[in-house]
Amino acid sequence: MRNDNLPVWEVFVQPKTGAHFQHCGSVHATDKEMALQNARELYTRRQEGSCIWVVKAEDIVSSNPNDSESFFDPADDKVYRYPTFFKVSKKVKGL
Amino acid sequence: MRDTILFKYVLSLGDDALISAQRLAQWAYKAPFLEEDIALSNISLDLFGRANFLLEYAAELKGENTTADDLAFKRDERKFTNLLMCEHPNGNFADTIVCRFFLDAYDKLFFYTLSKSRDKQLASIAAKAIKETTYHYRHSSNWVIRLGDGTEGSHRKVQEAINNLWTFTGEFFKMTQTDIVMMKKKVGVDRKALKIEWDKTINDVCKEATLRIPENSFMTTGGREGIHTEHLGHLLSDMQYLQRAYPDATW
Repeated sequence: MRNDNLPVWEVFVQPKTGAHFQHCGSVHATDKEMALQNARELYTRRQEGSCIWVVKAEDIVSSNPNDSESFFDPADDKVYRYPTFFKVSKKVKGL
Repeated sequence: MRDTILFKYVLSLGDDALISAQRLAQWAYKAPFLEEDIALSNISLDLFGRANFLLEYAAELKGENTTADDLAFKRDERKFTNLLMCEHPNGNFADTIVCRFFLDAYDKLFFYTLSKSRDKQLASIAAKAIKETTYHYRHSSNWVIRLGDGTEGSHRKVQEAINNLWTFTGEFFKMTQTDIVMMKKKVGVDRKALKIEWDKTINDVCKEATLRIPENSFMTTGGREGIHTEHLGHLLSDMQYLQRAYPDATW
């Protein structure tokens, strides 16, 4: 069996209960159960996590880096989208 | 020595873990793919850890400044009392998976019972072993199903492995004199009584994997008496080389 025949799965680990899942890498596996086991071997053997998600890499929809100008640049001249743009009256309490 | 029978008992369990660990470690950097390589190595390390606990306890029971290392590296083949299945060569990947599957299914039942031992140290080692073995069993039984119910080639290889290794399963349930004494003292496990549950587990998994259990009933035994297959000597010569060539070497 060769690696390149096996689908790639992305691995997300939750460091502790209630925390965000964080992407930590990928594994090769033929099925869900094997993906979960391999993820456990590779990414949580030193008690890094309390829960693991595995997602087939091909099921992840990604934006295209070539589109990054149209996707992300329009935000850079809109300073009013940051809360610090606005002056807050000293009379307002509880903000 | 404080308790010869208990020493022999703990030593045999330590030998099971040690020889299994050394055998599995031989897969390192040779497994079918990277993730599986790490999985097998991790399982081997779990077993080395278990061997360390058990051999340290055995050394303590023996006294005379004996260490776990003395027991691991300075005993001859005939003094080892591991089950024959543990020393069986790795063969192909299906052979190793079936070998581990038989042993993991057995260990699960064995350590569960041992965790209730009157001997507190054995009970606590067993409690730790249960967690590890539950995972090991999940790993090996999943592979048996995946290979058995896989391609024509994988099915054939895993069926051949079952046929070849079946003869070493009888020994799992054969009570030695040491076993009987330990069982009567409520320290050890009634291994014979584990067979019904073990058979059921193996049958269920093999059914799902579309595999057949052999009908031949001849069972090869001897490990617990120190009568081994020709494979153990080679394994030991590799494992013990350094301490034999340079006694008490440290670094």
